[in-house]
Amino acid sequence: MTTFINWLTEPLSYEFMQRGMIAAVLVGIVCAVVGSYVVLRGMAFFGDALAHTILPGIALGYLVSGGARDVLFWWALGTAVVAALGIGLISKNSEIKEDTSIGIVFAGMFALGVALISTVRSYAVDLSHFLFGDVLSVSTQSLWLILIFGGIVLLVVFAFYKEFLTLSFDPILAATLRLPVGLLNNLLLTLIAVTVAVALQTVGVALMVAMLVTPAATAYLLTHRLSTMMGLAAVFASLAGVIGLYLSFYLSIASGAAIVLTATLFFLIVFVWKKLTGR
Amino acid sequence: MYQHIHHQPNQPILDVSHLTVRYNGRPALEDITFHLHEGERIAIVGPNGAGKSTLIKVIAGVLQPQSGEVNIYGSRPRGHLCIGYIPQRSQVEWSFPVSVADVVMMGRSAKLGPFNWPHKKDWEVVLHALETVELSNLARRQISQLSGGQQQRMFIARALAQEAELMLMDEPLTGLDTPSQEGILNLLDRLKREMVTVMVATHDLDQAASHFDRIMLLNHQIVAFGEPGEVLHTDNLLRAYGGRLKPVDGQNILSTDDCCDEGSDDHIH
Repeated sequence: MTTFINWLTEPLSYEFMQRGMIAAVLVGIVCAVVGSYVVLRGMAFFGDALAHTILPGIALGYLVSGGARDVLFWWALGTAVVAALGIGLISKNSEIKEDTSIGIVFAGMFALGVALISTVRSYAVDLSHFLFGDVLSVSTQSLWLILIFGGIVLLVVFAFYKEFLTLSFDPILAATLRLPVGLLNNLLLTLIAVTVAVALQTVGVALMVAMLVTPAATAYLLTHRLSTMMGLAAVFASLAGVIGLYLSFYLSIASGAAIVLTATLFFLIVFVWKKLTGR
Repeated sequence: MYQHIHHQPNQPILDVSHLTVRYNGRPALEDITFHLHEGERIAIVGPNGAGKSTLIKVIAGVLQPQSGEVNIYGSRPRGHLCIGYIPQRSQVEWSFPVSVADVVMMGRSAKLGPFNWPHKKDWEVVLHALETVELSNLARRQISQLSGGQQQRMFIARALAQEAELMLMDEPLTGLDTPSQEGILNLLDRLKREMVTVMVATHDLDQAASHFDRIMLLNHQIVAFGEPGEVLHTDNLLRAYGGRLKPVDGQNILSTDDCCDEGSDDHIH
């Protein structure tokens, strides 16, 4: 028993593990709540594309700041908001189908980001941090940013809960009720953008979509209420964050990948359990 | 508060004049003019693609006409909270994680205003609406667990919770069994007593004749509009349905293949 407790407490004696745990849990909660709307509105591809599209912004910030990490949050935030509203605009006013135009923009921007980073000598290491996250190097300052902006996202979701619910379930009702539909849609895109910036250091660009959809989809299988779905998703995502970091610590696997794999395992367990019990 | 225009007195609840809607140059509605009185029940009847859904959406203010005007108590549909739109069941995502009471509460989201959560009074309104449509015992169910008739009644309850004075219903009876259809029609009869004006798109001429005050026969244009006895004549029906109507022994017998179709070419996404 004591060995098990030691096993649990040993990683926590390191400050970088403490900060990593807190970051993973906070990011998990924010991603799970916003991700519930991503899942219900079928925006997984949008979320994935958005995450990839911010890479050139991060790369530029990285080059301009000479490799400093803490300022990257602001570059990520700015690029994400512009990209989200831009993608929203393109998909509305395009002759090409929405997913095709998003695909073109997303791959082009991603390539631009890789090209920019490749001009730096240590590029392979840095690129992998942006792509797959590096939660164990989260600084105290980054942690505060995650807390503040994650908190704002949750507050806005709480404040506009009934509007987002009505809009997601029945856009025509929202229009006949004269809710400001365009404004609310853009607000939701902005929330997803801020979430992407907040989660960047934890899971990175390439694994972002997993944090947005996997815990929310797991919760969706278990409940018939949106509020419960958000709560359950937050629990799954936080657990995945904590368990993933233990796995990362003891098995020496990349932290972002460990978190996402744990979340995926939760989904598979719930999915199979539902199939077997026929619920 | 969200925008809400107040009613001007002495104006008809709905006044439509010279309304024209085109999709890609193809006319969906041409020069539609009519008005409704408070508490009337109107059936809109016509073949698939006649523009029934389009007309309902323009009145709801969801779709903008190319020309013409829609006035509700003397002002444009935008800004009115008193229009309840009830969608075709096929357009709803039934697996959405909401309960029956949640959906009915959505009808109050504009009245509540921004940042507010439902108060005790709003839940009372919702419960009362559910009682009116006899769904109180199913309030906590997920919506996919309801039968077709119950789903339709849930949307009527939502319009009641919205305090809608004009209820627009797109094919509410399509795909329902006869008892469920009777349930809905009886409910509409009760709403008349509360002076709710009801406009229903339907395929069933029999029900249109027996349960509605006036019938609008529509095929891009208004072919006829009046009391059932005046409207449902062979020549009117032939003009509306064209070749799809076969007069048999001089009687008004319809042979349309419309009844099981959801009118999918009739609405725009």
